[in-house]
Amino acid sequence: MASAIRMRSVHDAEALGAGDPAGPAAAGHPVAVPLVAVPPPAPPVAARPVVRPAAKASADGAVPPAWPVRLLAMVRAQVPSFLLAMVSIGLLIGFWYLATAYRWNFYIRFTNVPSPGEVYSDAVVLFGDPKFLTNIGISLWRIMLGFCIATVLGVSLGLLCGRYALLKGLMFPALEVIRPIPAIAWVPISIMLWPTTETSIVFITFIGAFFPILLNTLHGVGAVDRVLIRAARCLGASEFALMTQVVLRGALPHIFTGLAVGMGVAWVSLIAAEMISGQFGVGYFTWEAYSLIEYPHIVIGMLVIGVLGLLCSGAIRLLAKIVMPWQGTGGKENA
Amino acid sequence: MMASVHSPSRGCIDIRDVTVSFSQNGASLDAVSGISLKVEPGEFVSIVGPSGCGKSTLLNIVAGFLSPTRGEASVDGAAIRGPGADRGVVFQQYSLFPWLRVRENVEFGLKMQGMCSSERQSKARTLLGLAGLLAFENHYPDQLSGGMKQRVGIVRALATGPQVLLMDEPFGALDAQTRVVMQEILTNMWQQLRLSVLFITHDIEESIFLSDKVYVMTARPGRIKAEIPIPLPRPRTAEMTSSPTFVAIQQQLKALIREESLAAMGGELADGGLGRDWHLGSEGVRAAL
Ligand SMILES: Nc1ncnc2c1ncn2[C@@H]1O[C@H](COP(=O)(O)OP(=O)(O)O)[C@@H](O)[C@H]1O
Ligand SMILES: [Mg+2]
Repeated sequence: MASAIRMRSVHDAEALGAGDPAGPAAAGHPVAVPLVAVPPPAPPVAARPVVRPAAKASADGAVPPAWPVRLLAMVRAQVPSFLLAMVSIGLLIGFWYLATAYRWNFYIRFTNVPSPGEVYSDAVVLFGDPKFLTNIGISLWRIMLGFCIATVLGVSLGLLCGRYALLKGLMFPALEVIRPIPAIAWVPISIMLWPTTETSIVFITFIGAFFPILLNTLHGVGAVDRVLIRAARCLGASEFALMTQVVLRGALPHIFTGLAVGMGVAWVSLIAAEMISGQFGVGYFTWEAYSLIEYPHIVIGMLVIGVLGLLCSGAIRLLAKIVMPWQGTGGKENA
Repeated sequence: MMASVHSPSRGCIDIRDVTVSFSQNGASLDAVSGISLKVEPGEFVSIVGPSGCGKSTLLNIVAGFLSPTRGEASVDGAAIRGPGADRGVVFQQYSLFPWLRVRENVEFGLKMQGMCSSERQSKARTLLGLAGLLAFENHYPDQLSGGMKQRVGIVRALATGPQVLLMDEPFGALDAQTRVVMQEILTNMWQQLRLSVLFITHDIEESIFLSDKVYVMTARPGRIKAEIPIPLPRPRTAEMTSSPTFVAIQQQLKALIREESLAAMGGELADGGLGRDWHLGSEGVRAAL
């Protein structure tokens, strides 16, 4: 057994390991803290994270660089990849320009494809057109509705099925039959099922998002460490508290994977539904442009769909960061 | 504050003639067989025994995760029906909720009891202070070292004011030096809170240093092989580990466990192979465990 002196020094080293300058002083003599001494009121919580980088840097013997210097270093680090990205996109547009300018026709026909210039000038006009903006708004609204319903149903059903084997046994065979059917294949039935075209489009969007969310939630529930559930039960958690505060929280990383995948599929489904059964929406706009021989509008529609999809995935990633602030806290501090 | 809450007359664990059978591939196998033991209120009791002898099984019965196939287990006269906040549990694996900060982890049980936020906070801070963790109250578990995580685990289990603390090889994953520190912190908290502890360990020195009484279990199916009282005075110090009483008990326990470890390994090792090693030091015995 180690001597008392050794114990203390180990203890301090342990505290230092977490990279907190307040550690050794506060944690070094835990045994001596009398039971009755209620600790002082909450220390300024914000102060510590601010202090930490400087303290850490000075401990390393390096002078902490001023923020413009660090910003510059960051920019410099990003420059090569930024340049590459510009070249990559430039090549794409260059190819497009050349193909349309010379009306290339070798099996793939660029004869009717609009040139970048045409697309640009039409886009300038379109973005001032309230009808076009309404189409965008309608598509976003449909996505939001279908995706939100899919999230609520997918997550709650996934949680319940993940926790209760009986329910899973009851639900899953039926769901497994439905699951492989692509959302687009639902279009005709959906039009029959629902009273309005609007609801049937939202339904198809929902179907697209639902299964990835459900399956990932289910997987997430399975991945929750069983010892955490045991620990919660020992601490007196009711079944409901267990569900909302342990199982749901523990499954969140997987749920967000499901949301990201579901969002992608939801867009695919929405655009297809709008093209087929559509009234309004970007998908409808894109398809109609083809019928009306407004070829530049096709490309604009495509680009808008791409950008909207990108924004929606970005929103989910941002939400994940906000909802799961504990994610990725380990590596930074213990490195 | 907490000391007055725990009257030392509570926290009596009574296990009477408990047998647990698991069915494996259709066959029924006893994990523990006819075990009786008692933890008096405020007592620190350890269980040592070879791997797979049913120590965790026994603890899981008291925790309420398992019910005995035969026999009875009760705490303060009430039969154990399931897990509950009256029995704190510390697991060998780190079991902190990674999505909660240290203080929120400690507050979890209090929240389940419906305690208001400010009261929860002050109680959690008191206990964190006692364990030397106040500076880390706003950290996430992933930002802590193994020893700190386990300290938070102990504090969390104590927060609801249980009469009984159950610990299943809580320091097993820690390095030897951190473990020594943890033992001292645990003894200290136990003395201040006056609760009963049922502690499972592989480590003979640890069991002697911490306990009032050590039970030795036989190889599977687990039975109680011996009940060894530890008459060392409190508070215990590191110097006591070289006292004649300590060393004598240590030798006695080592011999008992060695027999069982060999039995647990069946005929794999002849007595001559391992048998000569044990008196050279605890390492040989530890390796055998
Ligand atoms: N759920 C279970 N099903 C079947 N056998 C089990 C189960 N849990 C434990 N056992 C068996 O019971 C015995 C005792 O296990 P355990 O209590 O974990 O031992 P220890 O904690 O002393 O190492 C082991 O042989 C183990 O294989
Ligand atoms: Mg075990």
